[in-house]
Amino acid sequence: MNEEIKTFTISIYTENNIGLLNRISAIFQRRHINIESLTTSQSEIEGVNRFVIVVNISEVQAKKVVKQIEKQVETIRAYYHTDEETIYTESCMFKIKSALLFEEPQIQNIIKDSNSQIVTVNREFFVLEKSGRRHEIESLRRDLNVFGIMQFVRSGRIAVTKSEMKITEMLLAFNNQ
Amino acid sequence: MNTETENKTKEMAQKTERITGSEAIIRCLLEEGVEILYGYPGGAIMPVYDELYKFRDKIHHVLTRHEQGATHAAQGYARISGRVGVAMATSGPGATNLITGIADAQIDSTPIVCITGQVASHLLGSDAFQETDIVGISTPVTKWNHQVTKASEIPEVIAKAFYIAKSGRPGPVLIDITKDAQFEEFDFSYKKCTGIRSYNPVPKINIDAIKSAAALINQAKKPMIIWGQGVILGKAETELKAVIEKAGIPAAWTILGASALPTSHPLNIGMVGMHGNYAPNRLTNECDVLIAIGMRFDDRVTGNLNTYAKQAKIIHFEIDPAEVDKNVKTDIAVLGDSKASLATILPLLNKNSYPEWLQEFKDLYNIEFEKVIKNDLHPTKEGLTMGEVLNEINIQSKGNAAIVSDVGQHQMIACRYADFNITKSNITSGGLGTMGFALPAAIGAKMAAPEREVVAIIGDGGFQMTIQELGTVLQQKLALKIVVLNNEFLGMVRQWQQLFFDKRYASTEMTNPDFVTIAKGYYINSKRVKTREELADAVKEMIASKEAYFLEVCVEKEDNVFPMIPSGASVSDIRLS
Repeated sequence: MNEEIKTFTISIYTENNIGLLNRISAIFQRRHINIESLTTSQSEIEGVNRFVIVVNISEVQAKKVVKQIEKQVETIRAYYHTDEETIYTESCMFKIKSALLFEEPQIQNIIKDSNSQIVTVNREFFVLEKSGRRHEIESLRRDLNVFGIMQFVRSGRIAVTKSEMKITEMLLAFNNQ
Repeated sequence: MNTETENKTKEMAQKTERITGSEAIIRCLLEEGVEILYGYPGGAIMPVYDELYKFRDKIHHVLTRHEQGATHAAQGYARISGRVGVAMATSGPGATNLITGIADAQIDSTPIVCITGQVASHLLGSDAFQETDIVGISTPVTKWNHQVTKASEIPEVIAKAFYIAKSGRPGPVLIDITKDAQFEEFDFSYKKCTGIRSYNPVPKINIDAIKSAAALINQAKKPMIIWGQGVILGKAETELKAVIEKAGIPAAWTILGASALPTSHPLNIGMVGMHGNYAPNRLTNECDVLIAIGMRFDDRVTGNLNTYAKQAKIIHFEIDPAEVDKNVKTDIAVLGDSKASLATILPLLNKNSYPEWLQEFKDLYNIEFEKVIKNDLHPTKEGLTMGEVLNEINIQSKGNAAIVSDVGQHQMIACRYADFNITKSNITSGGLGTMGFALPAAIGAKMAAPEREVVAIIGDGGFQMTIQELGTVLQQKLALKIVVLNNEFLGMVRQWQQLFFDKRYASTEMTNPDFVTIAKGYYINSKRVKTREELADAVKEMIASKEAYFLEVCVEKEDNVFPMIPSGASVSDIRLS
């Protein structure tokens, strides 16, 4: 199997329990793997959580890590996917001085061209929000940085997979046992 | 409401009772069949101890002398009986003292449930007296853990704890219960846990994998089996024996797999690993099909992975999917419970025998016997060897004793030379290598199986790590046999210093107390042996004793354990001297 380091998106379906985040992050920590991003949210199934974790590791490692995660009692299923196998996005927010909107007219073009949205405007500042791929967000950040950014924040990756997960079927099978 | 539901509701109402959380804990333990638990009281667990007092005719609480002893005793109890061991401690230091035993149980797949008291829920996170985040601390070393802050959660959580600890690949579970939850009253009813939707403890057997495995085994010219503790945990000893005998395959064992097949079985070719036998280690790199059953290719078994069994096709029978391809790439993985898997493959195997291949093992055994075993078991030099003590114990106990060993040279000698006629008889800390394990684990083992002869074999270093548990032996009036093999050194580290650090004996020499006097201080019959002439009679007296007996044997100070695969070397490079 491939030892080449790649970006993998690890998707984990879990019960919603206190402490599980700790248990899952410990699996990465033990192996000295840096987590690039981590997002947890409700999944498509009521009461089931979904973790989306991005790591740069080899496929051999990804496979072992996913097995260790699946071994946890409260993990329903875990998967790893390459970028090509997922649809993914990140989102970000910029807080910028409102005066710049009038002083630097290019900003309006940057906003328009980048497909970002103004969330709120007041006398002091306005807030811009954008979702997209990392390079799009980075390019927007660079463009705006010229004028000064009061605050910038980017979320972790969220991703859905092209292939089916079949979690609902798995849970139904358990209920019918 | 229709009559049926009405009746059901009534029935439920009859089954519930208003009791406190702490009484519920004891009632849950009784529902799970717990008769003995090990622990140490303290502030945050006092309401539970008050209930233990009330229920003292139904459940026997053993006061160990340290919480670490409680977990090891629970482990010993579990390892000899196959049942879940239970340990209990208070919050803070009580809870943190459990951690070594929990980590040991995690890496050696031992089913134990630990219950800790915790400060009241309104104090959580406030750095209260004896508050520690034991759920956070124990997370990486437990199969599952959970904090309870409401009495009403207790029955379901304890039911889950026992189910998780013993199902699938067993392991330790820790339940932390706040003091207010112990005091709180609620309507109690108990239902055993039979399944958890996110947890699949036993993978379904894939019949195609079994068929491929059988085909590969049937066409093998030099097959070899290595079995591990998975056989014992899966209660698959009979199935293992049947497979070995029908297919005629030489079979070796890992340290935790010892005793699953009697030592004297003609196809039992000994132990693999760093201080295992010469033949199975060498021939791991000669076999054409390696059949691993319920073992995990630990680095102490494989040595250098790049030179491990590269010539062989590998079949791995395993209950835990995370173990497959973890260290050694398998050709055929047979997932599932060992008992069911072995029973399924048995009819597909051809009756076979490999006399020439088996002879290769015998030839290498003869070399090992001449160069190592003879001198260990029947020495002619002046000083006593650890091996001759084991030999004497074998003779006196007729191979029927359960041997509980600590960690170090004496452990390797015990595992190499003890005769095992009965399964679950080799109780030792394999994965974690926890010094101080043996005395408390032997206490647990003796209490779980009072009819068995239980002999603890301990080095002078490890003995002093949990020596206080002699107090537990005294208080519980246990007919436990304790042998300390005293070489006045931390022998295994000294051996490494001699071989790999030019004899720079940094902090390995021990100035020891008079162990016999200490044992006498605990009112335990005791004897010290310094010469070969005294040994047989002393061991005889010890085994014949109906009470606890302490035997110190002063052995040669600088003996080494061989064979040995140096750390990071290939199994082929096993040294005989």
